[in-house]
Amino acid sequence: MEEALLLARVQFGLNIAFHILFPSITIGLGWVLVYFRLRYEVTRDAAWLETYRLWVKVFALSFAMGVVTGVTMTFQFGTNWPGYMNKVGSIAGPLLAYEVLTAFFLEATFLGVMLFGMNRVPGWVHVASAAIVAFGTTVSAFWILALNSWMQTPAGHTLENGTLIAGSWWEVIFNPSFPYRLVHMLLASGITAAFLVAGLSAWRLLKAPDDAGARGTLRFGARLAAVLLPLQMLAGDQHGLNTLEHQPAKIAAMEALWETQKGAPLVLFAIPDEDQRTNRFAVELPRGAALILTHRFEGELKGIDAFKDHPPVAPVFFAFRVMVGMGVLMLLLSWGSVFFLKDPPRWLLWAFAGFTFSGWIAVLAGWLTTEIGRQPWLVTGVLRPADAVGEAGGAALGASLTAYIGTYAVLLIAYIVTLTHMARK
Amino acid sequence: MNAELLPLIFAALMGGAILAYVVLDGYDLGVGMLMPAAERAEQDLMVASIGPFWDANETWLVLGIGLLLVAFPAASGVVLGALYLPVAAMLVGLMLRGVAFELRIKAEGWHRELWNWLFWAGSTLASFAQGLMLGRYITGFAPGFGYWLFAVAVGASLCGGYVLLGATWLILRTEGALQQKALAWARWGLMWLALGVALVSLATPLASETVRHKWFDFPQVLYLMLLPAATLAAGGWIWISLGKSDWKPFAGAVAIYVLAFAGLAYSLFPYVVMDRLTLWQAAAHPSALKFLLAGAAIVLPFIVGYTVYVYRLFRGKTRAGVYDH
Repeated sequence: MEEALLLARVQFGLNIAFHILFPSITIGLGWVLVYFRLRYEVTRDAAWLETYRLWVKVFALSFAMGVVTGVTMTFQFGTNWPGYMNKVGSIAGPLLAYEVLTAFFLEATFLGVMLFGMNRVPGWVHVASAAIVAFGTTVSAFWILALNSWMQTPAGHTLENGTLIAGSWWEVIFNPSFPYRLVHMLLASGITAAFLVAGLSAWRLLKAPDDAGARGTLRFGARLAAVLLPLQMLAGDQHGLNTLEHQPAKIAAMEALWETQKGAPLVLFAIPDEDQRTNRFAVELPRGAALILTHRFEGELKGIDAFKDHPPVAPVFFAFRVMVGMGVLMLLLSWGSVFFLKDPPRWLLWAFAGFTFSGWIAVLAGWLTTEIGRQPWLVTGVLRPADAVGEAGGAALGASLTAYIGTYAVLLIAYIVTLTHMARK
Repeated sequence: MNAELLPLIFAALMGGAILAYVVLDGYDLGVGMLMPAAERAEQDLMVASIGPFWDANETWLVLGIGLLLVAFPAASGVVLGALYLPVAAMLVGLMLRGVAFELRIKAEGWHRELWNWLFWAGSTLASFAQGLMLGRYITGFAPGFGYWLFAVAVGASLCGGYVLLGATWLILRTEGALQQKALAWARWGLMWLALGVALVSLATPLASETVRHKWFDFPQVLYLMLLPAATLAAGGWIWISLGKSDWKPFAGAVAIYVLAFAGLAYSLFPYVVMDRLTLWQAAAHPSALKFLLAGAAIVLPFIVGYTVYVYRLFRGKTRAGVYDH
């Protein structure tokens, strides 16, 4: 049973981690494409059309990856976590179904027009199709983050005969952490797309230094990132304060704060020791955590000791630092490059090329922070993973897990190889 | 709204979504399975003929399974748990062929051949797994070699059924040599499917007492026999119109699916898991169903509307180069 639970978690976690890579590109890239397409419509400059045509290919491939892994996820809700649907299905189900009805069909149908309909519809219909697809990806994020946030900070439900039902759908959807999480994710997607655009353009320029189009998209991506990153830091700060209010145990793990204290230090680096409940090799900034999280030097923060149920400290602590560290590097690169973009030197091209998929690392680290930070709960205070897992045995799980891992590996390699190949062709 | 009525409405919606999926994704999976039978240039044309549609087609599967999870959570655990491995196989198949659409265009040399092969293999694996799931489902996941053999037979039959849909789709959307080939494929698909449907129709009443009583008790057997008669007529209609009409074979194939689906629905009702769970026993809380129904009532007409718009937009024969992107 223990083993089956672990396999079910690995399988679902792997699928959702693989899936999140692609929406985090398409949500942002969808709107970037609307911009490119609109610029062509207004200026009639063929270079914009070329740019659109190139990036719509990247979008189509990313979108296909997102669709097929998303279908898999829908099924795994049922195959891996039947207890989840039994307990909270009356809340989770409609949110997922609304995503299908209001977003998936819209995106999938108009993507056909966007990809193949340029010569069949008037220009404004084609621009509108691109906008509808981008809108669809955003609506999709709205519903899935509503559900994800509800699992983190449930609200608006009542208990009836052992299952949860919605008392107020408004409170379910607009639960306490939802607005923060949605903004954080949308900005993350914008930044991921910005670095992808800048990075692949840099690959192109390393091969063909005179490609004016690639120079333009490098500039565009770098500037978009430079604008979005400070906004993201602001949104992240607010999200953190919200987490402190609603999920203080997660904050304690993120900061590796073992004991409740006033004026807690900011742990820059350490190796949290779960058994001894202490940090080894800690490098600390005095009163830093208190200042960031309470905005006062003497503010009190609850430590792990204050919570009966708390997440494992080390993975949350490290994942959070990877996310923030990645964010800082991305900020430095995008701001540092401002004066060099007119005639980008090779070192800058290599830097951007190296940062092509930097958004993925930050998104995955952030996702691990928040989802591991929710443990030991599947739905905070309501349901634990062990009570939701299905009856599938270790053999079936192991066999399918092997097949999934093989498939994901092939797809991921093919995806990255194809993109870099397209950039250098 | 009457709480007795809600599960019925959602059963109809779920059934409708699954039927839409089977017909729509059925033709593009069928085209995928036919790939090795065609020449290089024809393969590109075949993929182009389904390019604008496959993504939305697959969304009907997500809707169907989503409605199962939402409206009948108790059944979803039983059904998806029992179908664990075929579901995993189908998903791997769908993943491979879904990305192959994009990657086969962008790849070169042997990479391209590999993705063509994976496109075929993914389509075939997904189709067979779906048939296997159907076969397991209608026998209520009964254990035993015979029941599994039956499921394998249904899996093979559904492959034939999708080949028929794919071939008749190609008759509708292509011309010249490829269309001529598609005529022959459609004949094969039709014979294959006829064998499958006959097998399933005979085996199901033998396998399930519930089904036997439902179909063969007097007097309903008299008018129920209209269903197989109509299916036979649709098959005959396809056979005669092959080579004479571009659209009739496809319409006939769709008719066969609608009729077979009606027969299945009749066999199962009122169960959502054969002989174990009825629609009402498995239904979710009315609060969830009402909330979702309100949205579905508003959104579904739009979905149907813009789906029709896109099919009209891309009507006519597929030609090389038209769908490049």
